[in-house]
Amino acid sequence: MSEKIIIKGLNFYYSNKKQALINVNIPIKEKVVTALIGPSGCGKTTFLRCLNRMHDLYPGNRYEGEIILDGENILEKGLDLIKLRSKVGMVFQKPTPFPMSIHDNIAFGLKLMGIRNRGEINGRVEKALKDSAIFEETKDRLHESALSLSGGQQQRLCIARAVAVEPEVILMDEPCSALDPVATAKIEDLMTDLKQNYTVVIVTHNMQQAARVSEYTGFFMMGEVVEFDITEKIFTAPSNKLTEDYITGRFG
Amino acid sequence: MNLHYLKRKAVNMAALAASAFSAAFGIVFLFWILKDVITMGLPAIDLSFFTRLPAPPGTEGGGLANAILGTFTITVIATAIGVPAGILAGTYLSEYGRKSHVADVVRFISDILVSAPSIVVGVFVYALIVRPFGGFSAIAGAVALAIIMLPVVTRTAEEMLKLVPNATREAALALGAPHWKVTVLVVYRGAIRGITTGVLLAVARVSGETAPLLFTSFNNSFWNFKLTEPTATLTVTIFSYAMGPYEDWHAKAWGAALLITSVVLLVNIFARVILRGRSA
Repeated sequence: MSEKIIIKGLNFYYSNKKQALINVNIPIKEKVVTALIGPSGCGKTTFLRCLNRMHDLYPGNRYEGEIILDGENILEKGLDLIKLRSKVGMVFQKPTPFPMSIHDNIAFGLKLMGIRNRGEINGRVEKALKDSAIFEETKDRLHESALSLSGGQQQRLCIARAVAVEPEVILMDEPCSALDPVATAKIEDLMTDLKQNYTVVIVTHNMQQAARVSEYTGFFMMGEVVEFDITEKIFTAPSNKLTEDYITGRFG
Repeated sequence: MNLHYLKRKAVNMAALAASAFSAAFGIVFLFWILKDVITMGLPAIDLSFFTRLPAPPGTEGGGLANAILGTFTITVIATAIGVPAGILAGTYLSEYGRKSHVADVVRFISDILVSAPSIVVGVFVYALIVRPFGGFSAIAGAVALAIIMLPVVTRTAEEMLKLVPNATREAALALGAPHWKVTVLVVYRGAIRGITTGVLLAVARVSGETAPLLFTSFNNSFWNFKLTEPTATLTVTIFSYAMGPYEDWHAKAWGAALLITSVVLLVNIFARVILRGRSA
């Protein structure tokens, strides 16, 4: 199993000079699910948003170190962010459907890729919806507003939208925290399917979820990675006392 | 204990009565105006009111066809100038300038411009366009109205664009969309109803303006199809006819008042309908 992303000595500072990540060194393996856990404010979301340089939207944020994606340092100045983001897709905590029809939500990304052929767009919309296990519920209402879907359906639509542009890595920032248990179960099943083709990194507050879906787990605390290892080992025989205290629910 | 409860009940009743009375006070005047405008204006409205030119002073009959056309033309041109500029300025404030100093200055100036007396805008355009080009014109009137619309449209557009959640922008950018496509294809779609409503309200507001037109488009008793000539408008006609000595002029002024009030009211109702569609 090769390494898709290698993070070397990553420090991150917000525009208010607060250091949010301290010397992060972890590998992200290809075509498996890597889960990031830790108490609120520990830097896991901040870390995730480094991987597609989402922090660049707000002026004054600063990175140090290296994030090597397929041999290329994505923190390099002058990197094409549009290219990076079409390679590294993202699903957010709250569903973020665009104010347009279900079909157009997915076609948006495809058109960005330069696909103009209507038949090809329709085919790929359908495939993305099927891959995200939402086609059956939406096939008769593709041209209705995406805002009419339920929260869980919206989130699967957002996953479909991210998958449709065929990225290589999918980042998920607590994708189930706004959903009920049934919708959560559907998304977890989906993650298991997704790792056949994609490298998935998921931030979660739910330790059972991390244990269920991931192969690797990183435990963050106060901006540092306390422990990074195979998920089974983290949850059965953690080598760090802090990790053990956290996963047994002694704090956090 | 019981006394305390009764007292609270009495205070509640008093507050309710006071606020209900205040609401009724405002509504009474609105309906009073509407009643007067309708009863006095309706008799003046017939086919020739819409199709014929004003009769020579002192004679009966004729219509205000030229003023209707003038108000329509000037409002349309003002909208064509003021709305695109306002929407783009609002886009700058919400999507690009955000917290920058330039954006703060633009916001501050917009707020001042909103509360600027409209007659001042009229005088300004008089100095800017009427004097240099040697005469009153429809264009000058339209520019004055556009200046009045601009800050209203700018601030509404900004507010409506800001209502689009930031997460939606981030989601579009995370798909690899460039900033301008995110703005045009995603953010505008989320704000379109609100912006349309704001534009309609701005149009309704300027179509009832008189003061800025007195120094700019002035008035005209005849057909005028040139944008560079003085042009009659309903509002200026109301102003001059209502001050005039003839009964027929007064009747025509009431008719014009009814027409402009109805149009403004309809545009307002239409805007409400659009806004209601958004929350549904």
